[in-house]
Amino acid sequence: MVDMTSTVEPIRKPLVLRYPSVAIFLIFLSLFTAIITVLGEGFGIGLISTSFIKTLGKTLCLCLAALAMDLVWGYTGILSLGHMAFFGIGGYAIGMWLMYARTEIIVVDSLAASALPPTAQEISDGIATQIFGVVGASEFPPIWAFAHSLPLQLAAVVLVPGLLALIFGWLAFRSRVTGVYLSILTQAMTLALSLYLFQNDSGLRGNNGLSGLQNLPGLDSVPQSTVSILFFWASALALGLGYLVCAWVVSGKFGSVIRAIRDDQSRVRFLGYSVEAYKLFIFTFTAVICGIAGALYYPQAGIINPAEIAPIASIYLAVWVAIGGRGRLYGAVIGAAFVSLLSTWFTGGQAPDISLGFYTIQWVDWWTILLGFSFVAVTLFAPRGIGGLIDKLTERRAPDRHGADLGPDLGSLREKEANE
Amino acid sequence: MSTLLEVSGVSVSFDGFKAINNLTFQIGPAEMRAVIGPNGAGKTTFMDIITGKTKPDDGHVLWGEKSVSLLSMSESQIAQAGVGRKFQRPTVFEDQSVRENLILALKNKRGPLAVLRFRARQQDHEKVASLADEIGLQSALDRKAGELSHGQKQWLEIGMLLAQDPQLLLVDEPAAGMTPAEREHTTDILVEAAKTRAVVVVEHDMEFVSRLNCKVTVLHEGSVLAEGSLDHVTQNERVIEVYLGR
Repeated sequence: MVDMTSTVEPIRKPLVLRYPSVAIFLIFLSLFTAIITVLGEGFGIGLISTSFIKTLGKTLCLCLAALAMDLVWGYTGILSLGHMAFFGIGGYAIGMWLMYARTEIIVVDSLAASALPPTAQEISDGIATQIFGVVGASEFPPIWAFAHSLPLQLAAVVLVPGLLALIFGWLAFRSRVTGVYLSILTQAMTLALSLYLFQNDSGLRGNNGLSGLQNLPGLDSVPQSTVSILFFWASALALGLGYLVCAWVVSGKFGSVIRAIRDDQSRVRFLGYSVEAYKLFIFTFTAVICGIAGALYYPQAGIINPAEIAPIASIYLAVWVAIGGRGRLYGAVIGAAFVSLLSTWFTGGQAPDISLGFYTIQWVDWWTILLGFSFVAVTLFAPRGIGGLIDKLTERRAPDRHGADLGPDLGSLREKEANE
Repeated sequence: MSTLLEVSGVSVSFDGFKAINNLTFQIGPAEMRAVIGPNGAGKTTFMDIITGKTKPDDGHVLWGEKSVSLLSMSESQIAQAGVGRKFQRPTVFEDQSVRENLILALKNKRGPLAVLRFRARQQDHEKVASLADEIGLQSALDRKAGELSHGQKQWLEIGMLLAQDPQLLLVDEPAAGMTPAEREHTTDILVEAAKTRAVVVVEHDMEFVSRLNCKVTVLHEGSVLAEGSLDHVTQNERVIEVYLGR
């Protein structure tokens, strides 16, 4: 009675072949990287300025963060508005080492001129005075205990965001906080963190933040044009690997479970899955991705301060993913790249002002308003975002919602037929 | 006869309203039971208590040979222990294919790490194929569940319930929205299932209940009004008064 042809186990093709979008994305990313390398100053013909290479490299890091946001929001339906906090923590973790190691070289050099060889204590005091002079301190706060070690700070890039997400998520999911309440809670988390870091005695230089991060210790002789390309490559590699890992996670049964959680979590519970464990897993996993993205971003930006993890940053992240298209990985990347580059163009003073005779629209001020309107427009008229255009080409079909609204987690593809 | 599920002295109230009042209920490991009662009798709350959705104020819910209490377990733990539930309106995952829906329900490890490494084995594919055959969806395996008709969604949900391979099936109005032929098929599946496991069917439709040909429990105002064969309970004067009407 069972059709035997349908029971033969299908041969499992590699991920890249099962999901053509993964292969297409990786090809695009490699081509893009190659073209930019050729056009850049470091190893190429120098058509593109170093500062623009840095902008592109930073954009790739933002794309990686957007991937994480898509996983947590577009696939699992948790509208976290605090993921840029993890991004910032990653930046601070790597920034501490960069600042320490570079200051150490300067201090050792300057003390080398003295008659007696400097003691370890003198060197340490010298570094502390250099770094913390701006906040009126001259001793290392305990949080800097590992700043001398690159491996330990690299571990912190992954562990600190992961641990914070694990604790926060455990508390929130265990109490079954969902929907808009969870969004508010994540906003509170990132706001609290940012306010704490603004204090001078937080140990991370208050509102001055960490600076000079673009100078790699011991590589003063290497020009920034080369360093920028190296970071650009690292960012592209991280984005490519991140895309592969995310594609692997959302393919197969795990992806099926998290999409089911997004659409009807109580039903998933009655199937015997611990919804909380899955949410916690995704929340922590994406926090780690954001931490890594931040650690690659800030050496290219050169400076990190607490304003970077203000609540608005995480809201931007959600806007990028919404405009790009939720619930598809390439949508998140397209949205982040498109909107953040556009934002750089508008706010960089390159966009021509529009004169209306009685009033001149200056894009530096009006860009945010334009972005706000486009977010509203996308939510209302094109809930599938830019990625929806690709559906038009490939005719991918989503269930007809019969006009049911998108629910508090805007976007997730859910369909309740309760009222039928 | 040994008991699979024993509910004793359970009470629960919502804002002072006693939804379940000192309810006692038992079912054996391979038994069919129909639960009937007027609206508001507490049928859904009764299922909510067993599946862990609602915690009772009072009483015990004991499960299995070792008589473990279900009250301290979460919904997912109870489901893993072997309680499967079908809701009144079909709740399938509309954005996913029929195959994905069935694989989600298949009895396999449920932890995130195990699921991350999960690859469907030969026996999983066979199980999905035979289930699809049984519920008449073999040609729709790769269609999205959202595209199915209401009746087909009901079938898919029954298929998912069977895929879970539970020891106790709680089925809420399985025949709602089905044609007479489909009802008959549903009856067959439930009767077949009850040979190896316990099945509790909540139903309004007396004709459907009579076809199940099993012991009937009548609920009223949160407690058991009568219990016995359908003929026995329909002759009970109290039952006639509150339920069958005059």
